[in-house]
Amino acid sequence: MLLIRCPYCEEELPELEFRNAGEAHVVRSSHLADVSDQDFEEFFFIRTNPKGIIYERWRHIHGCARFFNAVRDTVSDKFLMTYKAGEPKPLLVSEPAKTAPAKPKAAAKPRSRKGDA
Amino acid sequence: MAKASTKSGAVAERRPALAGREIAAAAVRVAVLPPAERISLRAPAGSVSALSKALGLTLPTKPKTSASKGGRTALWLGPDEWLVIDEAGKSPVADCAPVKALHSAVDISHRNVALAVTGSGAEATLSAGCPQDLSLAVFPVGAATRTILGKVEIVLLRTAPDAFRVECWRSFSDYVFEFLGEAAHDAAA
Ligand SMILES: [Zn+2]
Repeated sequence: MLLIRCPYCEEELPELEFRNAGEAHVVRSSHLADVSDQDFEEFFFIRTNPKGIIYERWRHIHGCARFFNAVRDTVSDKFLMTYKAGEPKPLLVSEPAKTAPAKPKAAAKPRSRKGDA
Repeated sequence: MAKASTKSGAVAERRPALAGREIAAAAVRVAVLPPAERISLRAPAGSVSALSKALGLTLPTKPKTSASKGGRTALWLGPDEWLVIDEAGKSPVADCAPVKALHSAVDISHRNVALAVTGSGAEATLSAGCPQDLSLAVFPVGAATRTILGKVEIVLLRTAPDAFRVECWRSFSDYVFEFLGEAAHDAAA
């Protein structure tokens, strides 16, 4: 079974307790009425759907019930790290498979980096 | 009141979920626990000390922990969420009522049914349907968590090395009881 680290429970817990909640860092405009149809379409419907690293929202629905964010590789289905909701998007993983092999510690130790939203 | 209804033939009878049912396997016993007072408590960090004082126990702030005092137990469910169970007949919702600090205390006494799973096969019985590591080293006495059993959500509390309290929603209690019954017989060894 896949183990997912919940940043609120501070523990790796079984995937059955979690639920995916779509792509992370999709920012809703604070003036939604002023947004053009095209921009709204992009905000509302268009997702990056990458092959590789994806930033996602997850929810520990059958645990602490918190939403948090995760960095996952859609090819290997591996969770690279998780971090609390509201924390800046981490730029830790730059194509781990192609260049140097990914450091195994990167997944275990989430680290927030202030400054890059 | 009771007399009047008896006369008219319509007797209202309270029948608790799973009343009178019990499983006794070789190494495990599953018993229905008596009704208890319960609240779902939500509060920010700044209200914890005032609520702890009102409830008469220190609300745990660490994941997967609980605190118990005088028949009352507070289980950490989330960063600002607790399940408070009172088995001594006192009302935690009444105790929280005068607290001025921001909080939400909702009486859920009758939402849950509690089961006691005890015996040398208790851990194996729960592990049949709970995906968490329930070994004593990882899930010690006093550990508490919301998790899954089979297809339903439960709240699990370890009360002794070989004893657990399982809290589930009333409408799921039949499923949980049957599930634990099947597992209990498998865990006989
Ligand atoms: Zn959690």
